[in-house]
Amino acid sequence: MARIRTTVDGLVYEDDVEPRMLLVQYLRERLGKTGTVIGCDTSNCGACTVHLDGLSVKSCSVLAVQANGSEVLTVEGLERDGQLHPVQQAFHDNHALQCGYCTPGMIMQSIDLLGDNPDPTEQEVREGIEGNLCRCTGYQNIVRAVQDAAQKMKPGATASQPASVAGGGA
Amino acid sequence: MTTMDARSMGTSVRRIEGPDKVTGTATYAGDSVADGTLVLHPVQAGVARGEITAIDTAAAQALPGVVAVLTHRDAPTLGDTGDPEHRVLQGTTIHHRGQYVAAVLAEHAEVAAEAARLVVVTVDENPSTTGFDPDAQAYTPSALANGQPPDSGVGDPDAALAAAPVVVRASYATPMEHHNPMEPHTTTATWVDGRIEVFEATQGVESSRQTLATLFDAEVVVHASHVGGGFGSKGLHAGTVLAVLAARTVPGRPVRFALGRRQMFETVGYRPATVQHMALGASRDGRLEVVTHDVVGATARYKEFVEPAGGSTRSMYAAPHRRTSHRAVPLDLDGPTYMRGPGEAPGSFGLECAMDELAVALDLDPIDLRVRNEPEVHPENGLPFSSRGLVECLHAGAERFGWSSWDRTPRRRLVDGWWHGVGVGCGTFPTLRFPGSAAEITFTGGRYVVAIGAADIGQGARTVLTQIAADALGVDVGSITVEIGSTQVPVGSIAGGSAGTASWGSTVVEAADRFRDKYGENPDDGDHADAATPDNPWAGEYAMAAYCAQFAEVAVHADTGEIRVPRLLGMFGVGRILNPTLGRSQLQGGMVWGLSMALHEESVVDPRFGEVINHDFAGYHVASNADVRVVEAEWIDEDDPYINPMGAKGIGEIGIVGVSAAIANAAYHATGVRVRSLPITCDDFLTSGLL
Repeated sequence: MARIRTTVDGLVYEDDVEPRMLLVQYLRERLGKTGTVIGCDTSNCGACTVHLDGLSVKSCSVLAVQANGSEVLTVEGLERDGQLHPVQQAFHDNHALQCGYCTPGMIMQSIDLLGDNPDPTEQEVREGIEGNLCRCTGYQNIVRAVQDAAQKMKPGATASQPASVAGGGA
Repeated sequence: MTTMDARSMGTSVRRIEGPDKVTGTATYAGDSVADGTLVLHPVQAGVARGEITAIDTAAAQALPGVVAVLTHRDAPTLGDTGDPEHRVLQGTTIHHRGQYVAAVLAEHAEVAAEAARLVVVTVDENPSTTGFDPDAQAYTPSALANGQPPDSGVGDPDAALAAAPVVVRASYATPMEHHNPMEPHTTTATWVDGRIEVFEATQGVESSRQTLATLFDAEVVVHASHVGGGFGSKGLHAGTVLAVLAARTVPGRPVRFALGRRQMFETVGYRPATVQHMALGASRDGRLEVVTHDVVGATARYKEFVEPAGGSTRSMYAAPHRRTSHRAVPLDLDGPTYMRGPGEAPGSFGLECAMDELAVALDLDPIDLRVRNEPEVHPENGLPFSSRGLVECLHAGAERFGWSSWDRTPRRRLVDGWWHGVGVGCGTFPTLRFPGSAAEITFTGGRYVVAIGAADIGQGARTVLTQIAADALGVDVGSITVEIGSTQVPVGSIAGGSAGTASWGSTVVEAADRFRDKYGENPDDGDHADAATPDNPWAGEYAMAAYCAQFAEVAVHADTGEIRVPRLLGMFGVGRILNPTLGRSQLQGGMVWGLSMALHEESVVDPRFGEVINHDFAGYHVASNADVRVVEAEWIDEDDPYINPMGAKGIGEIGIVGVSAAIANAAYHATGVRVRSLPITCDDFLTSGLL
């Protein structure tokens, strides 16, 4: 067993974990954060994407012990004062989901993309989140949602809420 | 007979559970993480055929954290559902590689996986056949997977082919494909006092309940609040049975079995490979004299499923002489099953590519060829069509796509090193209504609660049933609460066959009519009415189906043979679209399935071992965001009063149908290379000698 101390969605957790435990298992089984889901086990589908110290990672390919001393942000930690993050809002507004299983990871990766590139072209969105698979929507509304969120997050944009900085911990 | 008035239907009501899905609070079958939940990891057969002679579980049982190891030795005798796949741990015979032969229950996933590897299974291996050879000994099945007869015929097709002035004969191949919904199949089961409660990733809570009740002779409750896609794969498979068997050994404790992606290539079905021998004979002015579509398809030796790939050829085009046939080659693999556009998706590749080849042989525009062969009535059974939008879809789609601006001669447009071309492929899918649902409407607290055991697998059942109920009751959608996804509400038929909304919606409308008849416009609190799915009085009087025309622009790199699809347009004749935003998304998603089928998807079996070797997303490529460019889905106005009160044909399947043919035909137009086997890859062009 290894002792880890991790900040997840703004709260500090200390736990003994097996060194072989995956971060996604830790989030789901130990912390009950089932908003982050498992899709493929091989880091291809992106359904389990979270942020680790502000960078997106596929949490099925990170050990829980690697998150020791780090900040983890999941889809469950995005809301601020009861307001959806602009990317969450844009995914709902643009109907960028169907079954919803890829959605948490897709949102986390899109936030990471917008942190790197606040105003991506359509092709930049497609390539920037190509590591997140969706089997339902055909991706059209997802691309639209990311570009919509980019506009709403621009400084001075008249969003219904303050534009949140992409990435980052709590 | 008219369709019902629409106020909410036809408008883009926002997806009801959208906020839950963007916040990660929508719960799937694996999200129940109650304390004490045990994790199941299976032990799977490593050979395709054989007999188990011994299982040594000692090392696994000795591992700390292991609670139980199940084998056939201690499994109870299950009831008979008639489905061999459900006979889990019922004996020593191995029918396919990956079959469950034991299971470990442990307190943590890591321990369960480690212990499963410690179980030693000794097997007497028997010879097996797992590679699909279309020339192998095949048999005639008694029926296709959809219940239709394997063969059909009119006139004398062989004589007509011998006499026809223009004949195209070609064979087309489609591979084994796996559904790969994003949510792996998952069961969380608890057994308490002879009662089983299951949280299940399923396309039908009631069908799952019935199956489990038969197998275990117990009271069963099934919940499926949200389901992460299905596409035909989320019927009840062996994994669910294994999980409930395990739960039975630990009464009161929840047991969770979440399949890994690799297990989804071994235990939850697939679309079987086909080879389709097509022959079309026509007059010189492009009238079909004869169509034959002879299919050889793979099936499983232990569980028959015959892909009805020739089905749509029975209705697509007029021809006085015609034949379809289906033969099956049995393999020692797990059982095939329905996969999006079952029959029609692979079958339209054969028929619609052959039509394109005939158009070339006749020097006719492929749209004109199809229009000339539009039937007035169903060409096999003579029924009139309730509505048939194929020609309108072709014309409307061609105009929107800019079809006429392209020279029909192949290999004419080379832009920046890429050959560009366009192609069309058409399709149909039956409009069905499944019997057996029931809906209950209760007026409570000023709201109408509409309960029916439907499944929302991503298509948006909550949302469209709310719209249907609102219009049927004549109230705003804000007055409706829909309760679905459980066997604790009245029964619902499956989400499948493009029949979910039609079946549930017809039932809800019937219940709403009864409610209004009983209580009028001002009901009292607690008033309620219920109804079963009404029969369609027009069934058997009309042929009912959706239609589409799919247009593709393809670019093939002149040096590398890389193929891209810069543009897809699908034009659909699907009756009333109940919610344009949801409907367009579903149709676009289907079209991207078609793109993925055309260019990427192929499950490769190693015939020495019976294993799908590309059994994960690293090896089995489904279309990613970067593979997709412009995908447009549009529809014609179509008022069909004969199909159901909503006038809505199903849209889950039709989106994929015809797309792979449109892309293959466009690739021919771009390069002059005719590819008759899916998926289409660089090698097809590089080895053609034409690039």
